[in-house]
Amino acid sequence: MKPNDVILRSVTRVAAVIILTFSIYLFMNGHHHPGGGFIGGLSTASAIVLLYLSFGIEKVRENIRTDFKKLAAIGVLIAIGTGTASVLFGKPFLTQTFGHVDLPIFGDTELASALIFDTGVALAVIGTAVNIILSISEDR
Amino acid sequence: METLIVILVGILISIGTYLILSRQFLRIVLGASIVGHAVNLLLITSGGLKTGSAPLLGEKTAGFTDAIPQALILTAIVINFAVTALVLVLCYRAYQNFGTDDMEQLRGSEHE
Amino acid sequence: MITLYIFIFLPFIFALLVPFLYKHLNRRAHTGWFVLLVPLSIFIYLVRYIPDVASGATFEYTLSWIPTFGINITSYIDGLGLLFGLLITGVGSLVIIYSIFYMSKVREALHNFYIYLLMFMGAMLGLVFSDHLLVLYGFWELTSVSSFLLIAYWYERKGSRQGALKAMMITVFGGFGMLAGFIMLIMMGDTYSIREIIANIDVIQGHALFIPALLCILLGAFTKSAQFPFGIWLPDAMEAPTPVSSYLHSATMVKAGIYLVARMTPVFGGSPVWFWLVAGIGLITLLYGSLTALRQTDLKALLAYSTISQLGLIMSLLGIGSLAVYFGPGESGTVFTVATFAALFHLFNHSTFKGSLFMVVGIIDHETGRRDIRYLGGLMQVMPITFTIALVGGLSMAGLPPFNGFLSKEMFFAAVNDVSQAGIFGLSKIGMLFPIIAWVASIFTFVYCMIFIFKTFGGVYRPEKLTRKVHEAPLGMLISPIILGLLVVFIFFFPNVLGKYILTPALTSILPMMPFTPYDVKISAWHGLNLELLMTFGVIAIGFILFKTAKRWIHIVRSYPQGLMLNHWYNQGVSGTERLSASLTNRYMTGSLRHYLIYIFSFFVLLLLGSLLLFHGIQFDFSNNAAISIYDIGLVIAMIIASLTVLLASNRILAIVALGALGYMVSMFFVIFRAPDLALTQMVVETVTTVLFLLCFYHLPKLKKSIDRIPFKLTNLIISVAMGLTVTLLALAANGHKLFEPITAFFENAYELAGAKNIVNAILVDFRGFDTMLEISVLTIAGLGVYILVHQRSKRREQRETE
Repeated sequence: MKPNDVILRSVTRVAAVIILTFSIYLFMNGHHHPGGGFIGGLSTASAIVLLYLSFGIEKVRENIRTDFKKLAAIGVLIAIGTGTASVLFGKPFLTQTFGHVDLPIFGDTELASALIFDTGVALAVIGTAVNIILSISEDR
Repeated sequence: METLIVILVGILISIGTYLILSRQFLRIVLGASIVGHAVNLLLITSGGLKTGSAPLLGEKTAGFTDAIPQALILTAIVINFAVTALVLVLCYRAYQNFGTDDMEQLRGSEHE
Repeated sequence: MITLYIFIFLPFIFALLVPFLYKHLNRRAHTGWFVLLVPLSIFIYLVRYIPDVASGATFEYTLSWIPTFGINITSYIDGLGLLFGLLITGVGSLVIIYSIFYMSKVREALHNFYIYLLMFMGAMLGLVFSDHLLVLYGFWELTSVSSFLLIAYWYERKGSRQGALKAMMITVFGGFGMLAGFIMLIMMGDTYSIREIIANIDVIQGHALFIPALLCILLGAFTKSAQFPFGIWLPDAMEAPTPVSSYLHSATMVKAGIYLVARMTPVFGGSPVWFWLVAGIGLITLLYGSLTALRQTDLKALLAYSTISQLGLIMSLLGIGSLAVYFGPGESGTVFTVATFAALFHLFNHSTFKGSLFMVVGIIDHETGRRDIRYLGGLMQVMPITFTIALVGGLSMAGLPPFNGFLSKEMFFAAVNDVSQAGIFGLSKIGMLFPIIAWVASIFTFVYCMIFIFKTFGGVYRPEKLTRKVHEAPLGMLISPIILGLLVVFIFFFPNVLGKYILTPALTSILPMMPFTPYDVKISAWHGLNLELLMTFGVIAIGFILFKTAKRWIHIVRSYPQGLMLNHWYNQGVSGTERLSASLTNRYMTGSLRHYLIYIFSFFVLLLLGSLLLFHGIQFDFSNNAAISIYDIGLVIAMIIASLTVLLASNRILAIVALGALGYMVSMFFVIFRAPDLALTQMVVETVTTVLFLLCFYHLPKLKKSIDRIPFKLTNLIISVAMGLTVTLLALAANGHKLFEPITAFFENAYELAGAKNIVNAILVDFRGFDTMLEISVLTIAGLGVYILVHQRSKRREQRETE
């Protein structure tokens, strides 16, 4: 994957930032508005794939030194971990809880353990999607 | 509306099945993708269409549309992606190893 | 009380430690020494129960396992369970001591051996102590599995593998039958507990399923206890190492069937079918086993058939004893209670003398390298201690005094004489067959015992026929058979110690309806000059003559044609079934993916369309449909065009663009149908999928113009149109008939229950979090699958690169 396209690269520089920001917004908002782990994860993955497509694998790899297989595994482990944590509190596996906290700047904020679970989902999705695309494009 | 979508689903499934039954790998994968879309549409139709608002409790409306098919489809879409990727890679590995993409030539030999 | 569970599960827990012990300590000490601690400690633990159980107490502990389904591991200690528990752990300890010297610590994979052995021991203990029918069944199959593993321990040998497979096939087949029987029992008694079933006996005995359940359960018992005609697996199982044969295939596992029959006697006893099957099959097995044992030249095979025959003896005694349930308390009842007592007594005795005999054969095999009597002889002079043990065990098996086999054999004769006089169940006509068969079989038993002892140890010593220099076995190998031999003699002189503390309590659990004053049954060697003693004299006299003239007639027995043997039929049956299923499978398993898909699709169409037509399901109701706007129609038409483009495209880029367009239009529909999450996801996934396809195009061949013949295309067309039609009709029919209220209302409480305003997200991460967790696991696995497929270089490519 070594494209040589100036327009694509310049657009990507801007677009990737926008997509990444939007995907974080989607992810954080998922509990109350459209979004969540799957969508956030997928759009992050698409941003990364876009980077790979326009700048080539080697160059991006120099800057993002993440093993996406491990990222996926960590995601699954986080999801299972939140499930196990509820067992430690004497609740059935994967019981989620939530509460409201007053934070200095954000005001009344809801904190839900489901968000941690969703983080696991997002990481698993990012890891898997990028891993698949990377594996195929590396196969020469 | 439901009837229209159901007929659309039927047509899509017919086309997808026809592609799945063909000899070439790529057509099979394409067919499976089309069937996937059809099934997703079928699922959302089962919950009733255009009734109530989006399943977001922030909206101030009387009723919400059925959220369960949506949750089902959401997971289906993501899994569908992973499966398509796996099948595609499987196909091209088989092509590299055996030098053909014709299913009839790839058929297994006699069982023991 | 938790200690009981710890002790029952101790073998399993310890099995986990065995690999580490083997790895780190085997060089210093034989792994067997550590393993020995397990049965020994359980044995000592169980011995502490003897006084309480002897005075009539029972113990019960429940551990809940799957409480929703009422499945609890209830351990129940009564006399019968305790008798078996003591046998399992007692013989187990002796066998492990023996194995320490038998199994070389250098050459053998000891960790495997002891793990299997411990697994078996745990399964057997679980079997005899569980009160829950399904748990009992689970342990029952576990004994089959561990027996399979142990028989196939020397898996490099073809015979071992075949023997293991045969044993597994037959015992698991019987196990399934037994499971069916158990399920019928559970249905009849409406409980899983054996004791509650026994308490509800009146309901069960009049039930229509009574006889089927009886037959199914007996199938399990007969296959496990190698009864005629299922016994053919036992001789082949002798491929196992000798400690295994002596433990599983003579002392414990084969007695699981006996245990089951004894356990079920209060339920089924008293019915004529039960009596005739158990007693009749038992007697046939006794005769068949003893006659076939005569033909054998391999010592282990001889002992295997003798085990079959002795198991038949015990089985027939249990059958005769079940008449006590019929007669109930009273004089006749007491007579048959004694038969049940004799069954338990002989069961114990058999474990002692047969265990020691197997160990003797192991010693002979180990020291001479042979176990065929045609090569052996005169070992008396070189192995005097082994000879003594063999003599004690052999004469006990033959039923001579002063050994315990004599006592139980006398009781057996008494029982068959009693039953011939019983005059019920049609016994008045053919009752005389019982003593005759028993007597003839005893003569054969006597003869093969003599063959076993004197062909091996008597006669001329011919060292030239043996591969090794023969000397007496090491002391360690002799300890266990000596202990068993001493028991054989001890029990003859003090049978009532055993009877009082162990056998009578076991008897009370088999025949709970009989009024017992403990220590009821007295065993004594001398009853006066009665019929039984005369029968024994006859056995000895005729047996002795037959043994002396064996050279003249043995070839007649040996020339029994191979074609009429059960084994032959079994092999024919197995290979025939294999051929049949192979030819049947090859007929439709063509190896073509398309054919398989055609089967699946046709079945789908036939099943769904057929049932729609059959049950008049094709009724439509369009009243609740939403309105159609003009945009919808446009979208639908565009989608159909896009999908047709995919179908007809001869250029793959065009196909993939059309597929992408289709996906985006689906996400438009999601917007219209008020599913913002779906629309977003679909959009992103569609993009990534298109990238994926384009990347894969590098590796894939171009789309070929389809060159298929008309029939090929026509078949595809018919099937695909039928599929589309079926789905459409089904969906339309389903849309018109909402049978249940949607459950979506529950999820609309998402904010109160999960603190989420997005219901879809709440379902994914909270209500159905488990599904999502498994889904991302699948996702990750698929990702790893892609990675592995890509990175595992094909052999062909490697070759190409090296060239």
